[in-house]
Amino acid sequence: MLTMPKVTIHARFENFIKIRKLVEQTAKNAGFDGHSIYKIQLAVDEACSNIVEHAYGGEGGGEIECSCQETSDGIRIVLRDWGSTFDPNSVPAPRLPDSVQDVEPRGAGLFLIRKLMDDVRFEFSSDHGNRLSLFKRRT
Amino acid sequence: MEAQVNEYKRCVLVKVDGRIDSSNAQDFQSVMEAQTDAGQYKIVLDMENINFISSRGWWVLVQTQKTCKRYNRGELVLANIQDDIRDSLDLVGLNLYFKMFDDTTSGVAYF
Repeated sequence: MLTMPKVTIHARFENFIKIRKLVEQTAKNAGFDGHSIYKIQLAVDEACSNIVEHAYGGEGGGEIECSCQETSDGIRIVLRDWGSTFDPNSVPAPRLPDSVQDVEPRGAGLFLIRKLMDDVRFEFSSDHGNRLSLFKRRT
Repeated sequence: MEAQVNEYKRCVLVKVDGRIDSSNAQDFQSVMEAQTDAGQYKIVLDMENINFISSRGWWVLVQTQKTCKRYNRGELVLANIQDDIRDSLDLVGLNLYFKMFDDTTSGVAYF
């Protein structure tokens, strides 16, 4: 069994760069173009931000482990944390009212992750932590 | 975060470089608030050198737009937005709330 390249960070925004570098390098190795790498990086950044803000309730609440794997048809990224769980199906898509004054800053992260990646799976376990698996197919 | 600000007769042109994500969205917010706190509500944001924006950065843009448009006193418009950023803005639908221009000259002329 192949070992997936992995990095673990303290869940602080300034540390996301370590995850970003791992994801970018793996995506380049997997043959993704710049536009696709942007999408993958945005999805991963949004996912990590959600972990900090929602799973850990703020910066420094725990760790985030990121592993990346080039597959025969794309890239798989797995993010793990040991914070609070949530029901991903309970998060509504961002509401887009007519007036900008009524726009509320919520829901865009998860919505984007689902739009940008080809397969998104959440698993929650009190023993093994929370696991988010993201897959992007190479086109 | 470095910001260049040029004042024109009817608006200000704000240029910010680099990446805007969770780690520095607060700095970006300070840049934009410095303008609105000073009473500048007609703002062109030159995005030529911004190469990444996460949703946290977009919410700064939305909040700035709310402040600028309140009482019909102004507007934030975007210029030179890069394709990848534009695509993700379109994907969420936040493009509805911003006029976008291909260059800063057109953005400044809008006011």
